[in-house]
Amino acid sequence: MRLLPWHKPHLLVRPNNLKLRKLNTMEYFIQQLINGLTLGGMYALIALGYTMVYGVIQLINFAHGEFFAAGGYVGAIALAYFAGIGYMDSHPVICLTASFMIAMAYCAYLAVGVEKIAYKPLRKNSRLAALLSALGMSIFLSNGMMLTQGVYDKVYPGELFQGRFDFGMVTISYLQIMIVSLTACLLVGLNLLVFKTKIGMAMRATAQDKTMSALVAIGSNRIISLTFAIGAGLAAAAGIMYGLYYGSVKYDMGFVPGIKAFAAAVLGGIGNITGAMIGGLIIGMVEIFGAGYISGEYKDVFAFIILISVLYFKPNGIMGENIDDTRV
Amino acid sequence: MSLQPILELKNVHSGYGSIKALKGISLKVMPGEIVAIIGANGAGKSTTLMTICGIVPIEKGEIYYDGKLINKVSAEKLPTMGLCQVPEGRRIFPRLSVMENLRLGAFHRDDTDQIMKDIQHSYEMFPILGERKAQQGGTLSGGEQQMLAIARALMTKPKVLLLDEPSLGLAPIIIQQIFDIIAKINKEEDVTILLVEQNANLALQAASRGYVVETGEITLEDEAQSLLTNPKIREAYLGE
Amino acid sequence: MIQEFKKVWKQYTIGMVWLLGLLWPMLGIHADGTLTFQKTITIWSYILAGSFVCFMIYIMKSGSSFKFIADPVSRAANGVKSASAALPIWVWITVAVVLALIYPQLAGRYGTDVAITVLFYICLGLGLNVVVGLAGMLDLGYIAFYGVGAYTYAILNVTYGLAFWVCLPLSALTACIAGCIVGYPTLRMRGDYLAIVTLGFGEIIRIILNNWMTLTNGPNGILGIKPIGIFWPMFENGFTFEHIWVKKLQFFYYFALGLAIVTAIGVQRLNFSRVGRAWESIREDETAAELMGVNTFIYKLLAYAMGAVFAGMAGAFFAARMKFVSPESFTFLESAMVLCMVVLGGMGSIPGIILGVVALIALPEIFRELESYRMLVFGATMIIMMLFRPAGLIPAKRMGTRSEEKEG
Repeated sequence: MRLLPWHKPHLLVRPNNLKLRKLNTMEYFIQQLINGLTLGGMYALIALGYTMVYGVIQLINFAHGEFFAAGGYVGAIALAYFAGIGYMDSHPVICLTASFMIAMAYCAYLAVGVEKIAYKPLRKNSRLAALLSALGMSIFLSNGMMLTQGVYDKVYPGELFQGRFDFGMVTISYLQIMIVSLTACLLVGLNLLVFKTKIGMAMRATAQDKTMSALVAIGSNRIISLTFAIGAGLAAAAGIMYGLYYGSVKYDMGFVPGIKAFAAAVLGGIGNITGAMIGGLIIGMVEIFGAGYISGEYKDVFAFIILISVLYFKPNGIMGENIDDTRV
Repeated sequence: MSLQPILELKNVHSGYGSIKALKGISLKVMPGEIVAIIGANGAGKSTTLMTICGIVPIEKGEIYYDGKLINKVSAEKLPTMGLCQVPEGRRIFPRLSVMENLRLGAFHRDDTDQIMKDIQHSYEMFPILGERKAQQGGTLSGGEQQMLAIARALMTKPKVLLLDEPSLGLAPIIIQQIFDIIAKINKEEDVTILLVEQNANLALQAASRGYVVETGEITLEDEAQSLLTNPKIREAYLGE
Repeated sequence: MIQEFKKVWKQYTIGMVWLLGLLWPMLGIHADGTLTFQKTITIWSYILAGSFVCFMIYIMKSGSSFKFIADPVSRAANGVKSASAALPIWVWITVAVVLALIYPQLAGRYGTDVAITVLFYICLGLGLNVVVGLAGMLDLGYIAFYGVGAYTYAILNVTYGLAFWVCLPLSALTACIAGCIVGYPTLRMRGDYLAIVTLGFGEIIRIILNNWMTLTNGPNGILGIKPIGIFWPMFENGFTFEHIWVKKLQFFYYFALGLAIVTAIGVQRLNFSRVGRAWESIREDETAAELMGVNTFIYKLLAYAMGAVFAGMAGAFFAARMKFVSPESFTFLESAMVLCMVVLGGMGSIPGIILGVVALIALPEIFRELESYRMLVFGATMIIMMLFRPAGLIPAKRMGTRSEEKEG
């Protein structure tokens, strides 16, 4: 039996604070807090896609992690292209903004098509069928990326945001500030969209009752497409952030962060947008603190343990609405 | 009556998969009327309404609305054409506020000022909704939910309103209120109403004409008054 | 009809344009600041041509334009079917077993190697079938039990020098215990939550294998596992049994075949037992099953445990065959692959699963040069099967009659 190329655990805790050897200092704690916030923000962005899609069509979109990876790739490609034509040095901020936009648009485009091909025809079938289709789509997309982009890590170009603030032993890089503030902007924007606009109201209505939504002239197909597009766009943003933060992207990088983000969505109460944001932050924090204080090797396990214990003890999550769990 | 019917069903068949729920329903609704469909549990009353609204796909036959064939029109287009349904069990969006529920009724409309006026008008018609406008739909009582459902349907500016079991699960005093409102909507707002009810007595008193549905077929069609006095109907549906 | 036709074509065209837009940024934008189109267009036109052919076949089939071919083919198929029905089923099984027995004599070393892989996956597929096909619970961490079985034998053999035949039941037992540990907390959940939790457990087990250096030697794996030892009758100094190691591939093939046959018979017997009926009732309607007095919790746990037992035994054989185990053999992708085989063949159907395994293991071996497309095709197969034939290539039917049906 041959071994197949698949996931090698990524180095998720970047050793940018190696000088902090003393575990029991306040500085170490604050440093971990900042790192956890950065990572948690990314998980929150991915988790939103899971939770919104689950809220609207009750499907675990296994391919969502692949949207995240695709976002990372397209961001890398766009940044490399801008560097290639020489814009990067003269207008770094514009290039970065444009890369984010391109990656988000690309993933939205990808997700809408994926939904139409692999999920929409199965909406009336059993949930098992849609789930398996989603799983197949996940494998298909990650291998499609491998075939077009190669098996090896794709390195992020340029020396973006290399500066850092030093507060004694604590360092905050410009990149972390950028990631955290952009995440905050996206989260606030999403909240406004969902809770303050007419289209957001229609999304919530579709999630609650599709038949009744049709009876008040809301086309559920359009709303579902929109949900996929928004979720994938957020995942793509997280993908670029991840690439910038860890320096490279890989075709199968969507898998583990994908499951962790799903754990975040479950922790927050699946279908609940605010819950997914909080859940993402908690999972990020737990992972960083677990790696920092307990064991670096088992950092991936913490998220899974949270996932399992939440589902066991409080399946509706910390902010969960009542889910009708008889609908299998 | 030389008028053209506003809603007409011709030999409509439909069902869920292999189960045939409707086996040739034909009926006409004239503009300005209140028409009642009565029948026992599972006779196909609700399926009739769901088929008209395009939720249950039609297998055979034709549905005309305002002279146009609407067999293939998708469900979410119909409210924009003025055909709206208040479904069985009211189906309020439970985690949206009363206000949001009303605004969703006007989802397809762009005239913001008029929408706000209409919401105010709903609060005048149903003062209790005005009091509870920030409350979540799911926390309302059954009667309040029914009022909200009707108010929400009126927000679509319907020409024809399909009402499915408006009395279901409500106290008699509330039922009377609801039926008064239905009559008022019909007169003052000039909305044609197709009413489905198990409570045949109430429905036939409110309606001008009535149809009796049994196992997916229309078995009787008459003026409401004559149905009320029909001994067979009295025995089967009015409990005598 | 014409309108439907138009709609389908419209969707197909939109889909292909969508694909072009998807491919180009991945292939056509380069780091040196140039944009190219040629490679994208080339790949896209291959896909276009391939999908166009499939699409035409699909349309003509649904429009029954293929009558002139389809009719004789289906007649021939019916002929074969009735001919096969004329002979009792055991004749066919005997033929298959005899063919399998003489296979290593016909095939070379390489062919035998592939066949052993196929047999392992048949065991895994049949074991997973107990959980997914019979009891209807989606398990995405199934390969972990396989890993537990393999590691049990590896550790017991390398550290304590225990023989294979002692370790085989122990492997089955530890896998069974692992199955119960995973099953116990997850069984209160239903449907898709169960899937994601089993995935999580599978990953946890893999991470533990990867990091528990003292026990499992971490990512380096365990080397130097002894192969299977048997007592072989010898006639040199009279009649004695001599202990020999099974190193020859051909012999090992027979062990794998034996394991596959045992698994197949086991799953078949389980399916038509009282337990199988309980699983079927749970799969179809859990609430109703519970109301009819089926102890759903016990039976679901049993499904997990039985699936794990089959995987654990296969795992022990795998360790003996490879003489080396490492966590990389037990990733999520392996679980997905086994699941893909079960889905492709038909959940709950034993011949279906065998066909599914052969299709997904043996066929890629024939097209070696397309190796890198293998997982892509797996993914696509899963989607296509769900869209067009969710019951699988050979859908499960009630094979044979159950005792209570024989009477009536």
